Amino acid sequence: MKRVLLIAATLSLLAGAARAVTPDEQLPDRKLEARARAISQELRCVVCQNQSIDDSEAPLAHDLRVLLRERIAAGDTDAQAKAYLVQRYGSFVLLRPPFRPETWALWLGPLGVLAVGGIGVVVYFRSRGGGAGALDAADEAELDRLMATAHEGDD
Amino acid sequence: MRRLLFLAPVLLLVPVLAGFGVGLRHDPSILPSQLIGKPLPAFSLPPLSPDRTGLATADLAGEPVLLNVFASWCVACRVEHPTLMRLKDQGVKIAGLDWKDEAADGAGWLGQNGDPYALTGNDRTGRAGIDLGVSGVPETFVIDRRGQVRYRQVGPITPEVWAQTIGPLMAKLRAES
Repeated sequence: MKRVLLIAATLSLLAGAARAVTPDEQLPDRKLEARARAISQELRCVVCQNQSIDDSEAPLAHDLRVLLRERIAAGDTDAQAKAYLVQRYGSFVLLRPPFRPETWALWLGPLGVLAVGGIGVVVYFRSRGGGAGALDAADEAELDRLMATAHEGDD
Repeated sequence: MRRLLFLAPVLLLVPVLAGFGVGLRHDPSILPSQLIGKPLPAFSLPPLSPDRTGLATADLAGEPVLLNVFASWCVACRVEHPTLMRLKDQGVKIAGLDWKDEAADGAGWLGQNGDPYALTGNDRTGRAGIDLGVSGVPETFVIDRRGQVRYRQVGPITPEVWAQTIGPLMAKLRAES
């Protein structure tokens, strides 16, 4: 029984490695293929949008993988190959959005929210710290008396 | 005055909720076309059958035209088809791009359902569609006289879409010189 479970577990690990990329799509040159894989993992499939074209089984993703490999084999740099698809489908196909004026809000927005919140916190504590919170001489004396009493109680 | 500061988060929440409201109405599967205001990419496609004409970029200039991307395997194209037939009868020039399809299948589909297209090209590999930024079928591009893309419709042209969006745009493009 244990052995069966072990085999099943091992086989399920292999299933995890199965990918949408089929052998006939792959480039014979392993270096180029590795580059194509790396690029296609960063390109969004426009059909099933939360998958990269490397992961997606959509026919269009297959076409784009083949197209990408043709560009790489023809001597495109990584940037050129990506630009080729961005030109057609827009920068939305980049799973890692570029830092450009139109994406500033995306990249800097969270920092902006943090800054506004931080300023709010500082203003809040400053306004409390100054006036009402501070102790005058009479308060200090009262505090000392209370502390002394508390100690007596402990003994 | 200081007390009113507590209202600030509420006031901030209003635009955030408005943003969410807009986001809920936005269909994320429709990506903006990169071609709006640009000339059609160059393609030259063979005909679906020997008795038909093919389709090349140069054919799509001179008068406003709809470039409809379809396929025999596409279910939504069946929904759209009667509308296209009606538009053809009204004198709208429509070009058909048969995407990722065998020419014979495309020709058979048109033979069975009727052919609304003045010109048809077979894009068997799907490359012309990729150059157009097509993500599925049907999609329709509105092309002006100068051969520039002015609008892209993702999904079928329904009578509503025609009446509200594409029809008025075509009328405007016809008025342009």
